[in-house]
Amino acid sequence: MQFSTSCSPFTPANTSVNQLMRQVLIALLPALGTMFWLFGYTVLLQLLLSSITALLAEALCLWLRKRPIKVHLFDLSALITAALLALAIPTIAPWWISVSGTLFAIIIAKQVYGGLGYNPFNPAMAGYVFLLISFPQQMTAWQSPFLFLPLSDSLQLIFSGHLVIDGLSSATILDHIKTQLSLGLSLTGIQSSALFGNIAGKGWELISLAYLLGGLWLLYRKVISSHIPVAVLSGLAIPTSIHYLLDTGSANSALFQLLSGASLCAAFFIATDPVSAATSNSGRLIYGILIGLLIYIIRTWGGYPDAIAFAVLLANLSAPAIDFYTHPKPLKQQL
Amino acid sequence: MANNTQTIIRNGLWQNNQALVALLGLCPLLAVSNTVINSLGLGIATTLTLVLSNGLVSSLRRYILPEIRLPLFVLMIAGIVTIIELLMNAWFYELYKTLGIFIPLIVTNCAIIGRAEVFASKNRILPSLIDGLAMGLGFSFALLLLGAFREVLGAGTLFSQADLLFGEAASHWQINVFDDYSGMLLALLPPGAFIALGLLVAAKNAISSKL
Repeated sequence: MQFSTSCSPFTPANTSVNQLMRQVLIALLPALGTMFWLFGYTVLLQLLLSSITALLAEALCLWLRKRPIKVHLFDLSALITAALLALAIPTIAPWWISVSGTLFAIIIAKQVYGGLGYNPFNPAMAGYVFLLISFPQQMTAWQSPFLFLPLSDSLQLIFSGHLVIDGLSSATILDHIKTQLSLGLSLTGIQSSALFGNIAGKGWELISLAYLLGGLWLLYRKVISSHIPVAVLSGLAIPTSIHYLLDTGSANSALFQLLSGASLCAAFFIATDPVSAATSNSGRLIYGILIGLLIYIIRTWGGYPDAIAFAVLLANLSAPAIDFYTHPKPLKQQL
Repeated sequence: MANNTQTIIRNGLWQNNQALVALLGLCPLLAVSNTVINSLGLGIATTLTLVLSNGLVSSLRRYILPEIRLPLFVLMIAGIVTIIELLMNAWFYELYKTLGIFIPLIVTNCAIIGRAEVFASKNRILPSLIDGLAMGLGFSFALLLLGAFREVLGAGTLFSQADLLFGEAASHWQINVFDDYSGMLLALLPPGAFIALGLLVAAKNAISSKL
């Protein structure tokens, strides 16, 4: 067998944790920018709150565990968790929502298990589920898109909670469809509602496209491999299309499902978390399809409008088993 | 096995705490510990069962054939729990209704048959009674901590529904720890119980390693 040989100088590979995490943070910028444009300063305040909390909680845990604080604090993984959580929670949620969610994510879901590299669950999603189960009322009131809140209003809203603006919050499109369908209305009637944009939720479809942009950049920079995003999106799109063809009355098109909620964010940013995902290539495909399928199942028949966090946590749980059965064995040895 | 009273008590309350170290009897521990008063009710019932069953097993230990000791232990514990259930039905009817199936389920609490097998069947009556009391108090202590933790976080109160256990006079005992608290549902749900127990065990281990 011949190997190709190459001469120096070699370009160094960007493989340190810090550099990978920095690129993920950069890839989140389009989504953050879009949300800022749609919602105003509220999203920046949430990001600031959760980032500060995450860094403080991480430093506290590292100090308690007698680990080198500086090394682990500046690997930026805590900031990724904070950013994903801040983008996932409603922008008008009170300050203690993002603080308690981040504390749970960093302390319980990450550091208790041994810190970065040892957490079986995606910390941001564990924090999100904690919030969704504990405070359902605050976690389902989303700010209406295209209602740009200036800094003073945002501060007042998040820290004191007393701000009266007409139409401040509205249901998300997945939530709206779920309640209307349960009232027996037809999907075409629901789709004429003001919440609808061109394909999916008004404004929300833009955020999804921004996540897609960031995700494609991550693929281009080879920060993530394409297995998981492709598997998640096809795991969601294929059953949705079949359902749509069989029952056009109440089922949504695959394009709608992909652009609604956090499908694209999950496919590129959440499911690809290298710590809690499956690690072999075929394992990644199974893991991704499982997430997509679970999203479809929970969205269609479940009690919650969106399903990303639950789907990801359930798949996280199965990742060790998937790895066990899909890892290539050296020299094809028999177990 | 050391039989002096001090060791028995230290074992029951701390060193070999049935809930925090042996991790026995978790089913009622996790299911009922959503308020302080529920925890207290179940703690008292369990302690009483432990003392009586230890005493009974110890006093009959010479007449029990080793081959059939486990069924006999279960029968004795079941008899004692039935008596306690009837007493609670008569005297604390509201609490009896709140705790529901978990009172009869005390029979299946492994901590009780565990103490009968490990301690009472091999020791004299007085040490067995002390052991039952210490183990019961240790279990109740963990139950109470868990109940307080979950009630404060979950509902923002302490000692709510104290009248279930202490009569009408206690109906205003409820302490609102936080004003205007909307409640944290997770702490009241089963996953909250598991997380809280995990934190409690961690705290116990941290304190033990310092001692």
